[in-house]
Amino acid sequence: MSISNPQTPAAIGPHNATVLLIEDEPEIRRFLRAILPQQSYRLHEATTGQDGLAQAAARNPDLILLDLGLPDMDGLDVARRLREWATIPIIVLTARGEEQSKIQALDLGADDYVTKPFSAGELLARMRVALRHAAKPPGEEGEASFTTGSLRVDLLRRQVFVKEKEVHLTLIEYKLLTTLIRHAGKVLTHRQLLKEVWGPLHVDEAHYVRVYMRQLRNKLEANPARPQLLLTELGVGYRLRAE
Amino acid sequence: MNDQRPDPDALLRRVQAEEAEQARGKFKIFFGATAGVGKTYAMLQAAHEQQADGVDVVIGWVETHGRAETEALVKGLEMLPPRTVEHGGTVLREFDLDAALARRPTLILMDELAHTNAPGSRHPKRWQDVQELLGSGIHVYTTINVQHLESLNDVVAQITGVVMRETVPDSVLERADDVELVDLPPDDLLQRLKDGKVYLPEQAEQALRHFFRKGNLIALRELALRRTADRVDEQMQVYRRDHAVVRTWPVAECIMVCVNMKPRGARLVRAARRMAAGLRAKWLAVYVQMPRHLRAKDADRDQVVQTLRLAEQLGAETVTLSGENVSQEILSYARARNVTKIIVGKPVRSRWKEWVFGSVVADLVRNSGEVDIYVITGEAGEGRPLAAPVFQRTSNWWAYGRGVLVVLLCTALAWFMFPYFGVTNLIMVYLMGVVLVATRYGRGPSVLASILSVATFDFFFIPPYFSFAVSDTQYLLTFGVMLVVALLLSGLTGRIKRQAELARQRERRTSVLYAMSRDLATRRRVEDLATVAAQHIGEVFESQIAIFLSAPDGRLVWQRGAQLSFEFDPKETGLAQWVYEHGQAAGLGSDTLPGAGALYLPMVGAHGPIGVLAVRPSRPGRLFDPEQLHLLETFAGQIALAIERVRLAEEAQRAQVLAETERMRNAILSSVSHDLRTPLATVTGAASSLLEGGDQLDVAARQDLANAIYGEAARLDRLVKNLLDMTRLEAGAVQPKKEWHPIEEIVGAALTRLEGRLHGQSVRTQFPPDLPLVHLDGVLIEQVLVNLLENALKYASPGGPIELSAARTDDAVIVEVADRGPGLQPGDEQRVFDKFYRGSQARKGGVGLGLTICRGIVEAHGGRIWAENRPGGGAAFRFTLPLEEAQPTVEPEQAEPHPAA
Repeated sequence: MSISNPQTPAAIGPHNATVLLIEDEPEIRRFLRAILPQQSYRLHEATTGQDGLAQAAARNPDLILLDLGLPDMDGLDVARRLREWATIPIIVLTARGEEQSKIQALDLGADDYVTKPFSAGELLARMRVALRHAAKPPGEEGEASFTTGSLRVDLLRRQVFVKEKEVHLTLIEYKLLTTLIRHAGKVLTHRQLLKEVWGPLHVDEAHYVRVYMRQLRNKLEANPARPQLLLTELGVGYRLRAE
Repeated sequence: MNDQRPDPDALLRRVQAEEAEQARGKFKIFFGATAGVGKTYAMLQAAHEQQADGVDVVIGWVETHGRAETEALVKGLEMLPPRTVEHGGTVLREFDLDAALARRPTLILMDELAHTNAPGSRHPKRWQDVQELLGSGIHVYTTINVQHLESLNDVVAQITGVVMRETVPDSVLERADDVELVDLPPDDLLQRLKDGKVYLPEQAEQALRHFFRKGNLIALRELALRRTADRVDEQMQVYRRDHAVVRTWPVAECIMVCVNMKPRGARLVRAARRMAAGLRAKWLAVYVQMPRHLRAKDADRDQVVQTLRLAEQLGAETVTLSGENVSQEILSYARARNVTKIIVGKPVRSRWKEWVFGSVVADLVRNSGEVDIYVITGEAGEGRPLAAPVFQRTSNWWAYGRGVLVVLLCTALAWFMFPYFGVTNLIMVYLMGVVLVATRYGRGPSVLASILSVATFDFFFIPPYFSFAVSDTQYLLTFGVMLVVALLLSGLTGRIKRQAELARQRERRTSVLYAMSRDLATRRRVEDLATVAAQHIGEVFESQIAIFLSAPDGRLVWQRGAQLSFEFDPKETGLAQWVYEHGQAAGLGSDTLPGAGALYLPMVGAHGPIGVLAVRPSRPGRLFDPEQLHLLETFAGQIALAIERVRLAEEAQRAQVLAETERMRNAILSSVSHDLRTPLATVTGAASSLLEGGDQLDVAARQDLANAIYGEAARLDRLVKNLLDMTRLEAGAVQPKKEWHPIEEIVGAALTRLEGRLHGQSVRTQFPPDLPLVHLDGVLIEQVLVNLLENALKYASPGGPIELSAARTDDAVIVEVADRGPGLQPGDEQRVFDKFYRGSQARKGGVGLGLTICRGIVEAHGGRIWAENRPGGGAAFRFTLPLEEAQPTVEPEQAEPHPAA
């Protein structure tokens, strides 16, 4: 992904960002200890939820990696308590088959998740996206245009181009697309999308999102059955591919 | 094979047995009540008689106890010298068996059969020596006292207080060819004892004097006599059987008491019991159920049941016969059982009734022949007439009216015939009328019709007409015969009708039993069986039914599902348990807790009791008669067998499932251990190479090793995931959380997930734009697609595309994943979905669970999955997802496209 923005944002990249890892399994900690400092992250570790909350308050990290299965308390509770006072991006580490807890964590305010076993590249990409979004002050829509793959959206003129050919979107389609663009690279739950596009009254009608997402794919994707941009995270939500 | 034709082997065996019997010596026992009655004396006397006849007699062993008369008899007979045995310092003299066998006399005398031989002898007991002698063909005379018989040992001990240690098995006595009872009245024996003619060893004298008391002697004498009599009775029974003797031989008394519906039955039964006790005879209580009794009042039927129960309690054998002629049934049964005395109640009918209807007692007395008939009085006023004849109750005034009407119609018909036919033919018209009335309206109206017929015939057709007067006296004979014929006809017709009724009732019972058996045979579950059984029994016996079945821990469980079951008194659960444990009926009307609300019958199968059947008559207080009880027991048995059958089948199935599970577990273990270890080996090897030789390896080699680790770890991850999915599916933990999805979205997600592995593989997709939304669990169906794609990847020929498509049918969406690989081997189309089945040409890895998981998930969605070969090569896997529900609505958006700003 490349963002062409006239005012270059503060250079908060992966470099020298502080990461707090709340994880009880030593093997995962060892693995992350091996790769994160290499990528110029400063890593702090906590093995329990309580310790994690305390360190989050004390160190004020730029990013938190939170395991949902902690020995002393539910990872979801940790996320909830963190969100009471901090907007620090949280990436949840979960095991497969726990779609429900992923959704809960995301709806509680976690920024993204990775499913164990995950590769280093996958985690680092999520972390980069999360940090980038955090660096951007909320509510500010500074970007004039957004480009990913063959898609280009002129946010000021509200024009959508696929391979530089203009595509006409309905109001809701456009709203759905811009919501995804605002969180590009991050997963959005059905609930979050419904709330932003249709309003808080429609948060339970997940098929709305699916129907419009299909329409959007038909207009934007070369092969809607093998999407390259509008990715489905089954059981969780959608993600706009950003890199 | 025909039973009549003798089995040649059996014949041969019998011939051999007979030959052995002939070769065997004859065995005679001189049997007495106690010592001192003169057994040895009698034996010696008999021996002398034999010797006089020229028989070679030898005394093997005799105890004269120094009695002069006995010793005198010993003289003149050859005596075998005893052998001496040293034991504990004393020298004992014993019978010399070997010498006897060597001497081989024709007859040998062996006193004191119960004797115990000295230690070291060939046999521990003398009776065993005797067996050997008999076996070698030597005849044996021996003596024994009743107290030495094994079976009577404890009886004697109870009477006399002296326990005999030397006993002889009863079979020895039973196998004797002859038993001669040596008897002496107790007083004579005591006299002999006083005179010192009976030998008593001094040391035991005191004890034995205590033993020889008159009371003891009388008891022992009776025992000996009875025992001999029993033996003789058996011989006689055998003789009677062998010679087909039908007549009663009044040797052993057997008493039969006849009961009916009268309350004095109890009195009769008690009288019979007293007589039987006095005669020491066995006794039977018999009830003859006549067809008309079927319509008797419940109270009367209960009376019979009560009386028979009483008889049973008092030790009688109870029998229910059925038939029309009471006296005939009683007598034929009595002859069959060799009954000597029949007890009946005194008739309570008035004389004229007896004259009209006949008297059972009179018939019995007249036809009893050799059997004695005892007529016993009932207490005054106690006797109640037998339940009034059935047809009087059932034929109401309406029936009588019809009877009269039929006679009038006959008269009218006869009136028209009168000018053309003779008077005799007119009689036929009337008789036809009587038969009609008898068949239709029963006995009373038919009797009335008979009499009326005669009267109207006289009145209208016999001169002088229109008058009952008769001019020609010979018509009186006509009237008489006509009346008799009419009455006979009505009686016979009525009887046929009643017998038909009885047959119908039996038929009904047989058919209900058959119906239930057939119904039971089709049921496969115990609960269904219980329900069916309860329905059938409830209908037949007009009762409410409860069925209790035994749980594995031996407790009874009430089958609540059974219809018609009643709310039984919880207190009676204990009663049901008792019935189950004792295998005896209890409750209402039985011997145990007759006051209970229901009758509890044990249900016994071929392998023991399986439960209890509780029956509560719909009309409170009603009891079941013996025949119904018997039928109930039959029902209970049928149900028990049916339930047992189902239980055994269930057990067999469980065992099969267990075996299958075991097989599966073995398969999973071998499969998992292999498939988990292979990637682990790669990971371990690659990682250790990196660790140990990391510096020497060039970048490409390191990259290679790392790739191997990564790839194998991913493979392990898939494997573990498949195993977990399978476990969840099998545990039934997978409940599809269905939502509305476009199918291509699921396909897209699956392709995205496999992106890395699909690299370089051409994938074609074909999804019509108008596909409906499908109600499915996205995560699960994605797994199906991922597994199918992985399977296709495994077999797809390089370069050959994997094709994904979907199509809509009327009620489902069909999704297809197809490859251009080698296709399926014939017969694999179904088996590929079996657990742990790996295609015959499996090239690589996989536990053989992926497709099984697919099937589990698709079936959980109500769909179907199958595989087939494609024309042009390759395999196609297809599955359906039903379109069962209405599509969800989506609020339409304004048609206007979003305007560009």
